[in-house]
Amino acid sequence: MSAPGTGAPVAIEVRGVKKSFTIPRERQTTLKERALHPKTWLRGEVARLEALRGVSFDVARGEFFGVIGRNGGGKSTLLKLLASIYQPDGGSIRVAGRLAPFIELGVGFNPELNAKDNVLLNGVMMGLTRSEARSRFERVVDYAELWDYTDLKLKNYSFGMQVRLGFSMMLQVDADVLLVDEVLAVGDLAFQEKCVASLKEVRDQGTTIVLVTHKMDDVESHCDRAMLIEEGVVDIIGEPEPVAERFIEVILPTKHAGMTGEGPAGISAAWIADHGGRTTQIVPQGEPFSFSASVYARDRVDSLELDVGVLSHPEGVRISGLRVGPGEMPRLSAGEQATVRVDFERGSLEPGEYRLSYELKDGEPDGRLLDRCPEPARLRVTGEDRGGGAVMLPHRVHVDRTEAGVPR
Amino acid sequence: MSADPTAVSPAGIDSVPPLRPVPGPSPTAGGSRRFFTLLWVMAVTEFKLTFHGTTLGYAWSLVRPLLMFGVLLAVFTQVFRFGDSVKDYPALLLLNVMLFTLFAEATQRSVTSVVVREQVVRKAQFPRLVIPLSIVLTELLDLALNLVAVFIFIVAYGVDPRWTWLLVPVVVLALLLVTTAVSMIVSALYPRFRDVLLIWTVLSTVLFYGTPVLYPIGVAPERFRHIVQLNPLTPIFEQAQKWVIDPNAPGALGATKGSEWLLAVSFLIFACICAAAWWIFKREAPKIAEEL
Repeated sequence: MSAPGTGAPVAIEVRGVKKSFTIPRERQTTLKERALHPKTWLRGEVARLEALRGVSFDVARGEFFGVIGRNGGGKSTLLKLLASIYQPDGGSIRVAGRLAPFIELGVGFNPELNAKDNVLLNGVMMGLTRSEARSRFERVVDYAELWDYTDLKLKNYSFGMQVRLGFSMMLQVDADVLLVDEVLAVGDLAFQEKCVASLKEVRDQGTTIVLVTHKMDDVESHCDRAMLIEEGVVDIIGEPEPVAERFIEVILPTKHAGMTGEGPAGISAAWIADHGGRTTQIVPQGEPFSFSASVYARDRVDSLELDVGVLSHPEGVRISGLRVGPGEMPRLSAGEQATVRVDFERGSLEPGEYRLSYELKDGEPDGRLLDRCPEPARLRVTGEDRGGGAVMLPHRVHVDRTEAGVPR
Repeated sequence: MSADPTAVSPAGIDSVPPLRPVPGPSPTAGGSRRFFTLLWVMAVTEFKLTFHGTTLGYAWSLVRPLLMFGVLLAVFTQVFRFGDSVKDYPALLLLNVMLFTLFAEATQRSVTSVVVREQVVRKAQFPRLVIPLSIVLTELLDLALNLVAVFIFIVAYGVDPRWTWLLVPVVVLALLLVTTAVSMIVSALYPRFRDVLLIWTVLSTVLFYGTPVLYPIGVAPERFRHIVQLNPLTPIFEQAQKWVIDPNAPGALGATKGSEWLLAVSFLIFACICAAAWWIFKREAPKIAEEL
């Protein structure tokens, strides 16, 4: 069977894979605890977390396949199942050829050993003979650009150096399938670009690559195909763009609530809507959109202030902000609720990623914080008109011709 | 093997490897060549690591049991004067201490072996059995070096070399089997039950006195002797005494003094430990990465 959309043979075949874990909080770790809770001893663990609930897909040989999803969505579990670190509870996984994993930013180095011993040990683990592993040491170190540090124990390496050595190791074992977890999230930009270039190079030679990421940019710019995993199932699988769109639209929560909930008033929900009133996270450039927050009162509140900030992403710089002052905010009696909507008449944000943060404050001069967003709401502006900044100030262009000619 | 024969070139022109089920985290998967290469590399690495950064280096592997031997010798020949009744007691004691060191060190280090290798276990696929086996192998390398010193001492002490010395590998092999089985059990259980470390520390001490290390079994009172003879380690040490130090010693069979069933039960216990070791390790190995 060949994977959809390609004529190449299947390199990875996953069928109905399930995996659940015991929740650590509930786990009995000592014999005494077990003895005190004989029921758990007999019946097994009480609470289980279903990380994967029946996942099936194929990856074609020579494909750059992206797996995207939220943290805790099951993508790392899937990777560890593919890598034979975990045992699936059900279903089957078949892989063509040798597989080299790069998990949690490493390949399993021993911190007490130097680079040479680690490369030998790891090479043998990945299926090389001792002489093969030794002969590849130079290539590994060359690629990682760590010639000056080969005698240093790995515990004295910086995190970035360890990642480089690990990634280099994975590339040099001639695997047929590479499993890469989040490598593009760390390290300097130059090394990230080198990683991507190398991955694409080995892909073109027939190596299959599975890249796990939580950044849709990675999926859109590098992957041939992608899959979205959400709550342990395959949500969508196919071309990178629709998968990334789906990731934004469906997976990221469109409604946020506040977090503190202690004071006299709080935010129960907050969302962004397009000019048609539909909650969304994607707004076309120049189109109006709105931000709404539902405010509730536990006790009577006479004076409130809502602070909304627009942040650039990923930098987190507040590029714009506004305050809905006590004059505009409603007065609420105990148990009352109101929704405050801020209309952005004509969006001047340039295409890109943004975050909206919001805070509810006491309207008195001291401005005590009552509630704030746990995580800023996501906003993506689509379009083509880029001026090279975050905000395009409203402007018009005028041209006046004059007779005087060229200044000297 | 392949899901659809049309996708894979039938004549094998294209060197596409066939789809195979992934091995999963098992005790032995991945082929025997890889298993033994990995075992050797890990044992050598472990051997290097143990004494790396210490002033005396490898000498420690000899000095430590020697120090223990010295203390025990002083206590049992100077304080208790017990050693006088046993033929060539210092030679016997040294041999026994070295042999028991293999068992004690390997099992003790195996307890935490999986957990201290957490980085590797959570990120790389390899046969999990290699972990305790590499530790046993490391200790075997230690013992091999130490035995050279032991035999030099024995000869210098005045014990005559005999052809039965060639049977020492049999003794070591038997000891190795028990050690491996126990190491497998404790290493597989520790990630789930952290009590194992404490329990084994105590149990190891009990076994030190419950094995004829300090004394030949013949000098023990009868009731105590029967218990000790159920210990699978006992026949190993009894036979070592007969073959290496004193040909007139009773040996594993003779020490039972007619109650041969004791030896049979001890072998049965040994077999049970081995079976339990395999069963436990095979059961725990796939889940070990999740327990860390």
